[in-house]
Amino acid sequence: MSRRDARPANTSPASTSPATKGLQSTGPQEMVERALAAARSGDCIVIADESSTANLRWAGNTLTTNGVARSRQLTVIAINRRAAGTSVGVVSRAGVRDDQVEDVVRAAEQAAADGSPAEDAEPLLGPDDDAVRKIPGLARWDDPVASTEIGVFSGFAADLGGAFEAAQGAGRRLYGYAEHSLNGTFLGTSTGLRLRHDQPSGKVELNAKSADLARSAWAGVGTRDFTDVDVGSLDAGLEQRLSWAQRKVDLPAGRYETLLPPGAVADLLVYMYWSAGAKDALDGRSVFSKPGGGTRVGERLSGLPLTLYSDPALPGLACSPFAVAHASRRDASVFDNGLGLQRTDWIRNGELAALLQTRHTAELSGLPVTPGIDNLALAGPPGSTASLEDMVARTERGLLLTCLWYIREVDPQTLLLTGLTRDGIYLVENGEVSGAVNNFRFNESPVGMLGRLAEVGAAVPALPREWGDYFTRCAMPPVRVEGFNMSSVSQAS
Amino acid sequence: MEPSTQAGMRPGGGEPGCGHTIDPEFAGLPLRELAAAALQRARELGAEHADFRAERIRGQEIGLSDGHLETLVDADELGLAVRVVLNGTWGFAAAVDLTTQAAVRAAEEAIDVARVAAAMNTERIELAAEPGYGDVSWVSAYDQDPFSVSVGEKLALLSGWSEQLLASPVIDHVDASLVQVRECKFYADGATTALQQRVRLHPVLTAVAVEPSGRFETMRTLAPPAGRGYEYMTGSGWDFEAELARLPELLAEKLAAPAVQAGRYDLVIHPSNLWLVIHESIGHATELDRVLGYEAAYAGTSFASLDKLGSLQYGSPAMRVTGDRTVPHGLSTVGYDDEGVAAQSWDLISGGVLRGYQLDRRIAQLTGFGRSNGCAFADSPGHMPIQRMANVSLQPGQDGPGTDELIAGVTNGIYIEGDKSWSIDMQRYNFQFTGQRFYKITNGRLDGQLRDVAYQATTTDFWNSMEAVGGPQTYVLGGAFNCGKGQPGQVAPVSHGCPTALMRGVRVLNTAEEGA
Repeated sequence: MSRRDARPANTSPASTSPATKGLQSTGPQEMVERALAAARSGDCIVIADESSTANLRWAGNTLTTNGVARSRQLTVIAINRRAAGTSVGVVSRAGVRDDQVEDVVRAAEQAAADGSPAEDAEPLLGPDDDAVRKIPGLARWDDPVASTEIGVFSGFAADLGGAFEAAQGAGRRLYGYAEHSLNGTFLGTSTGLRLRHDQPSGKVELNAKSADLARSAWAGVGTRDFTDVDVGSLDAGLEQRLSWAQRKVDLPAGRYETLLPPGAVADLLVYMYWSAGAKDALDGRSVFSKPGGGTRVGERLSGLPLTLYSDPALPGLACSPFAVAHASRRDASVFDNGLGLQRTDWIRNGELAALLQTRHTAELSGLPVTPGIDNLALAGPPGSTASLEDMVARTERGLLLTCLWYIREVDPQTLLLTGLTRDGIYLVENGEVSGAVNNFRFNESPVGMLGRLAEVGAAVPALPREWGDYFTRCAMPPVRVEGFNMSSVSQAS
Repeated sequence: MEPSTQAGMRPGGGEPGCGHTIDPEFAGLPLRELAAAALQRARELGAEHADFRAERIRGQEIGLSDGHLETLVDADELGLAVRVVLNGTWGFAAAVDLTTQAAVRAAEEAIDVARVAAAMNTERIELAAEPGYGDVSWVSAYDQDPFSVSVGEKLALLSGWSEQLLASPVIDHVDASLVQVRECKFYADGATTALQQRVRLHPVLTAVAVEPSGRFETMRTLAPPAGRGYEYMTGSGWDFEAELARLPELLAEKLAAPAVQAGRYDLVIHPSNLWLVIHESIGHATELDRVLGYEAAYAGTSFASLDKLGSLQYGSPAMRVTGDRTVPHGLSTVGYDDEGVAAQSWDLISGGVLRGYQLDRRIAQLTGFGRSNGCAFADSPGHMPIQRMANVSLQPGQDGPGTDELIAGVTNGIYIEGDKSWSIDMQRYNFQFTGQRFYKITNGRLDGQLRDVAYQATTTDFWNSMEAVGGPQTYVLGGAFNCGKGQPGQVAPVSHGCPTALMRGVRVLNTAEEGA
């Protein structure tokens, strides 16, 4: 959020409402230092998360709910290295007061003492490690913490109010949601790391329906500060799609040539990315497992020279340049906290190139250390410049989707996913949209789909609708898929 | 207006105190002082309604992979929230510091938010009346607070179970997890001051078998999440020892099972699978806020529109579905909801006909229902309460058959146990589910497991195909910790009870063919 867009915070009448002593907390930097100073265990990691969010929600051309919230969370990761093995205790507490910091540290140390050995144990990283020294673009540790407020929407809200009026006059209903957040992550370790990342995030989802609710269209965009959100343009696009739906075409279930817009591509590939953990692949329990043992790294997944990658410095979609793990899980290790992240190609020239790795799983697999990164981009073959409109223009007969919904895994062996089309699926004939089609339930695997791509367009910023609560930073192209499996008709409109 | 509970009974299924005191660290905070300061400030600034919440939510997650500790996290969330209605517009703000200054500031911010929002609001917010209950407290039904048990004891139990499974030659990997929550809430609106505590936990063990060919199968325990204490882990409410003893043999049979032939089959569905169909196709479909379009851009709407109340033949005459927030050990069971409404129980469907909805105070007032049935819930102090799901349950037939009798009535069908994959469209028509175990039924008898099975249906077709419901002896309370709804996204725990049921002529898919 740009600070100039934010309204100044209200000053509280402290003289009439005195603070209750002892229940306040300090800033995140000091909290990290306090916790590290209190630590008795040999190794300790402290993460302070300072977050603020503001949101607006609307339905039927009127605002419904809204709010602002702040949160502060302290996570202490105590590491107990003993002869029987290294054990870890993690305690996260929100709203920690100064007088509670030591309690959190002691609780984490107790949990570490009670815990059994951790398989992912590694030495902690320090400021002199190569993997840390070369991290570019770090935020300054001591800078003040910024927060977002409801005022971030002041320009957007005015435009939205205008859109409500226009929609009301035109017999349309607008539904949707806008959210902005600022998350500051402060990572400190007993080995001397002090790393900070400030992450602005935001999104707008706008859904337009005809007055009888029979026609529906959706658009969504990610944003860092709401200065680049054009409500009028979003609304105009939805108006066009509602007009496409004036003509209805009933189609049966079946396999269709289908154009997926960037957001729908993002939803399928984000799920595939989440399923690309090296541990599961090594255990023989993922679509990326090699029969008989090992992983499928090096195997061709697509006949097209596609590249699926993540890059903390991706323009407009930048994310944390170092690993942050509040707890160890299959694809993340607390011991990797602070590990520098660089561009990683998950698929390169159509071949599986990397899986989500911790230092521990990298040792097991013999592959490079490639931790998860909080953005995802797909690049088509060189010269992939087509827009979705270009691809529609050269379609003889096919389906054009708006978005996918309620995506769930059916079979991990093939990564078969199911879900629904939603808020606009159109028939394209002879290069033009000829009408709106009934919705379908699909059963498709994103891995299988990569092998059936007939065309890939130019990548643009894309908001995955299904996973937008968790993952907003994507750059995806529109794609043309042969034989997309529309398994059954859905009556939903 | 009187609350629906009988005099002398405590709403929500909890025992009076259950022998437990509410977390003294939370109860010892100056909650009433904070509430008084916030509510007074909101009134000074012109709010026609204001309520205050403070919450402490303790969570602990333990995860083991092949008997080795992988994840151990203790979480503790504490905060306050103020919600106001100013000139007919909502305003909401939350804070993490539990000081009077922060409480007052939250009230002011909520008023500020309402002022900004007013420019876009065309529907005046009014709340259905609810009696004041004074200063009340409530604790859910459990024996042993899971946070009173040492991590070491929990790890020993989970690693022991993992090793027991890994000893089988069939099983290559075992995941074990245990999630536990203790949720304390304080609510005040000037008429009601409610202090509540509830406990829940969810243990899961998943066994994985990998063949040299690369094919793999999994099988998970069917034990549902429960509004119980640690006693659930040691035999009260579920027999884990018996379930784990059967798992290797069941997984071996699944590995060797033939693939299903796609087509239409009669289905006998065990509660461990049917609860999720109820959740998706009835629970969400009867949330009146989404029926009215307030979730239209996200979770969706519902085919069960208000004009169909009293006439929609949702299912067969055997179908009676209740909404309630009172059943003991229910995950949605409370004493009072997050708007100070006392917990209740009511019919959503009876005789197969749509009879009711789930309501909060705003929606109840807007639609003329008069009183909320107590379905407001916020999953954290940082979120505004929205209408969330009650325990929505399919009632058994009073003298209904057992599962074996239902199977005996099927010539060519499939018996289904356990939930796995689920998906439904945004108006709750078209759904697809898979499960943990599928058994072929031939001439009234189980005839071995099948693999690669999914079933698809349209909600009303499915429930109207329900020929029979099992008796009380087949009834199980299932549920989930993680029902998602709303923007910003919120998760809520909810239970669904049901008997085994028989459905005729449901479409069954072969998932391998679907993905080919």
